[in-house]
Amino acid sequence: MRIPCPFCGERDAAEFLTIGSAPPPRPAADAPMAAWHDYVHLRDNPAGLHAELWQHIHGCRQWLRVMRDTRTHVVAGAEACRR
Amino acid sequence: MTRLATGGLIDRMQPRRFTFDGRGYQGYAGDTLASALLANGLRLVGRSFKYHRPRGIWGLGSEEPNALVELRAGGRQEPNTRATTAELFEGLVAHSQNRWPSLRFDVMAVNGLFGPLLSAGFYYKTFMWPSSFWEKVYEPLIRRAAGLGRAATAPDPDRYERMHAHCDVLVVGAGPAGLAAALAAARSGARVILAEEDFALGGRLLADRQEINGAPALDWVAWVLAELQNLPEVTLLPRTTVFGAFDHGTYGAVQRVADHLPEPPPDMPRQRGWTIVAKRVVLAAGAVERPIAFPGNDRPGVMSAAAVRGYIHRYGALPGRHAVVFTAGDDGLRTATALRDAGAEVTVVDPRPEAPAMPGMRVVAGARVVGTRGRLGLSAVQLDSGERIAADVLAVAGGWNPTLHLSAHQGGRPVWDAAQAAFLPGTPPPGMVVAGAAAGRFTLAACLADGAAAGLQAARDAGHDGRPLDLPQAEDEPAGLRALYHVPGRKAFVDFQHDVTVDDIALAAREGFRSVEHAKRYTTLGMATDQGRTANVVGLAILAEATGRGIAETGTTMFRPPYTPVTIGALAGAQTGRDFRPVRRTPLHAWSARHGASFVDSGAWQRAEWYARPGETGWRDSVDREVLQVRRAAGFCDVSTLGKIEVVGPDAAALLDFVYANTMSTLKPGRIRYGIMLREDGFVLDDGTCARLAKDRFFVTTTTANAARVMQHLEYAHQVLRPELDVAILSVTEAWAQIALAGPQARDVLAQVTQADVSNAALPHMACLDAAFVGGLRGRLYRISFSGELAYEIGVPPEAAEALADRLLAAGAVPYGTEALGVLRIEKGHAGGGELNGQTTAGDLGLGRMLSTTKDFIGRALAQRPALVDPARPVLVGLRGAGLRTGAHLLAPGAAAVTENDLGHVTAACWSPNLQQTIGLALLAEGRDRIGTRIRVFDALRGHDGEAEVAAPVFIDPEGTRTRG
Repeated sequence: MRIPCPFCGERDAAEFLTIGSAPPPRPAADAPMAAWHDYVHLRDNPAGLHAELWQHIHGCRQWLRVMRDTRTHVVAGAEACRR
Repeated sequence: MTRLATGGLIDRMQPRRFTFDGRGYQGYAGDTLASALLANGLRLVGRSFKYHRPRGIWGLGSEEPNALVELRAGGRQEPNTRATTAELFEGLVAHSQNRWPSLRFDVMAVNGLFGPLLSAGFYYKTFMWPSSFWEKVYEPLIRRAAGLGRAATAPDPDRYERMHAHCDVLVVGAGPAGLAAALAAARSGARVILAEEDFALGGRLLADRQEINGAPALDWVAWVLAELQNLPEVTLLPRTTVFGAFDHGTYGAVQRVADHLPEPPPDMPRQRGWTIVAKRVVLAAGAVERPIAFPGNDRPGVMSAAAVRGYIHRYGALPGRHAVVFTAGDDGLRTATALRDAGAEVTVVDPRPEAPAMPGMRVVAGARVVGTRGRLGLSAVQLDSGERIAADVLAVAGGWNPTLHLSAHQGGRPVWDAAQAAFLPGTPPPGMVVAGAAAGRFTLAACLADGAAAGLQAARDAGHDGRPLDLPQAEDEPAGLRALYHVPGRKAFVDFQHDVTVDDIALAAREGFRSVEHAKRYTTLGMATDQGRTANVVGLAILAEATGRGIAETGTTMFRPPYTPVTIGALAGAQTGRDFRPVRRTPLHAWSARHGASFVDSGAWQRAEWYARPGETGWRDSVDREVLQVRRAAGFCDVSTLGKIEVVGPDAAALLDFVYANTMSTLKPGRIRYGIMLREDGFVLDDGTCARLAKDRFFVTTTTANAARVMQHLEYAHQVLRPELDVAILSVTEAWAQIALAGPQARDVLAQVTQADVSNAALPHMACLDAAFVGGLRGRLYRISFSGELAYEIGVPPEAAEALADRLLAAGAVPYGTEALGVLRIEKGHAGGGELNGQTTAGDLGLGRMLSTTKDFIGRALAQRPALVDPARPVLVGLRGAGLRTGAHLLAPGAAAVTENDLGHVTAACWSPNLQQTIGLALLAEGRDRIGTRIRVFDALRGHDGEAEVAAPVFIDPEGTRTRG
């Protein structure tokens, strides 16, 4: 696969590390335990467009939010988590 | 000899001697092993997989199902090599496979008599009971009887390489379509890679005798190649198979760099694995002739008609002098002509009643071949009219299968074209266009036009402005075809390599395996090393007929990489053995080696494990000495492998407060704090120290094992979770050589190597400062202790490490290795790898009070989960007792050794030379309450069952006075 890094250009997936699904926003410090459980453990597993987090560990080391279709591997885009 | 007196693309001035099954033969440069065998009159070259039937050469290229040999010997022995692709070299050694005691007399051929018993699903039906017999009896028996070649048992002596390349246009196949495509694309200025699996470029033009622009087609090939070779952006890769189409325009290829040489020269790899990223791809892989299944169609001498004329034209080898051509269309007539022109007596058997008359040969129209005769090779052909024709070669032309595999590797399904009786590419991967015969355009003129158009379009799509080629003139050969897949009768083979017959497929259909994927697995059709390149379409046609469906409705099985078998070496490249991954050595590696160190792998690092001295009789002598030296005087240890990270910026403290469970923002500049990080699920991620070098600059250390992970964790915490923080994070692990100096005399030693004031007042416990060292070095001093002694870590630039070590040695400290480091930390009860195992909480490690209650941090919320704060959780304790080994389980004394009674396990153990006994650390349920009691230590794996005393985890100086002294 090729990942379009917004800083380095399109690069081979071997340069990246992924943790899979992009997590939802981190709960507030005083959020109930159930919210933390969802945040840490529950992820969508869609057949289709899927937001994922990839880090360009062998490049700019930026964490990227990559939109990838799980059926076709088509990457719709990638943007930096920190802009 | 059946070598023709003239003709062929072989070099008759360069003879090549070779052996097959121990007998010597001669061929020429330009031959393949197959053409050389045929030219020497050999037809029998192998035995079939299941029935051990005699088999010969069927095809001309990589599609060959039958003629598999063991090539070379020793570490270079290569089983299942297709004789049709093995380029002949001087001294080539080949052996036939799957026969005993000899190819001509194979006792396992008795299997053939039991053919009806060995039909589809035979293994599944027969070897059902008892199930334990499968592994012990049936499988070994079957494996001995049914099989392919033997793999080498000696290590491969050759070198392999990996190559990565980018191009605008990748052209797969250098036949007429591929050459036209490459030329059209290259003239636009595009960067072109042209890959061809054959050693010669030209594709079918090498095997057929055709004209382009009124001259021999090979003249045109030479002219195109001459131009391509002079274009700087063009890479020609002969002997290179593109074996897989992967995501986003990534292609895998293997280049057989030195397979055609007896041995690779020292500077040359045997093979090279390519990863090619192509903006556009023209798939011009041509087509392969398919067989017709009829009784006895596997006898040596029965060959693909297109291959027969290829052997005549390209190699000047005449496969037989008495030839029958069984053709379902006009294409076989070209073979008949070639045979006739080469001097053979030819009979054409054509099922079409309207079959045209051919000069110089007999044509039997409206007839079919229904059988063959001959013990180890063809002697006669039986027709449905009852006529028997004496023959030594039977050329079979069943129509053409486009080589569309790469177009289907991304899931695109081939589409059946009834008019052409062929599967054509469906939806190829993005960026790929299929051209020429691979797209079902079989005539030469169509291939040239199609390739030129595809190459131009590909270049334009890749951003290059090209102009159309002046199309060379060529003919549209007659291509009449009457689809004929099989002729009724027994032992009509569909898959030669797996011995699958028409009857097997019909049986599978009768037994309910109607889906093409099921029938494939039940009969093993197309599952051999050739992946059914010649067999699949015929098999599908038979399945379609047996199930009363059309071929389109029946469909094909999935196509997956690799297109042809790929050597593991070509995928691994140079990354084998010690070079599997890079080795990391510390700046003190060479120094340590000079001072007697042996090394241990710690991840990618090599660390000094102990420094042996003359007279020491074993590792324990060295380790005990080093430990005692640290506790009694002073020692130093290379800890450069610890992860080191600088966190810099106005918000550096805020980020560290967020990632550490304890608070770092209250740390004063010049001071150090021990810290733990949790994962968001509440378990401990890593521990280490954090030194505040300045208000906005921190120096964080991690364990060796987690260095990369913690770096990534910090970047995640910053970029993903707290992007508003103004902070920069930099790994400086390699920027510092780090040496731990420990022992009651550590300060005295330190004072001899630095000009800094190292008094307790100037550099108290958990303080740090920039320091100048003797000899003009600059570095940093951190007063921290892992051993429990008065201790420092000294950081200097890597190039200064050896000088520092020399001075420490001269000042009276001795080097110690990771084993002594481990003993010292167990004696002191510090958590290490065995305890930081990803399943422990801060509370388990006795660090629960470090969790801040006044700030948010990663892991804070879920660390409060009931199961993580359960008082019954195993916690860190010490153990004393003979025979302790890491991994042993802990049980209440007298309790049965069953899982339900498990109370925990030993996480670390060592001989303590200070305590003169074996001690350990353990995670033990209700461990703090058990201190002072005895516990059963049970180690079923290594056969130990004993007892130990539970102790507090800190064995040495529990008050910590030494550290602060």
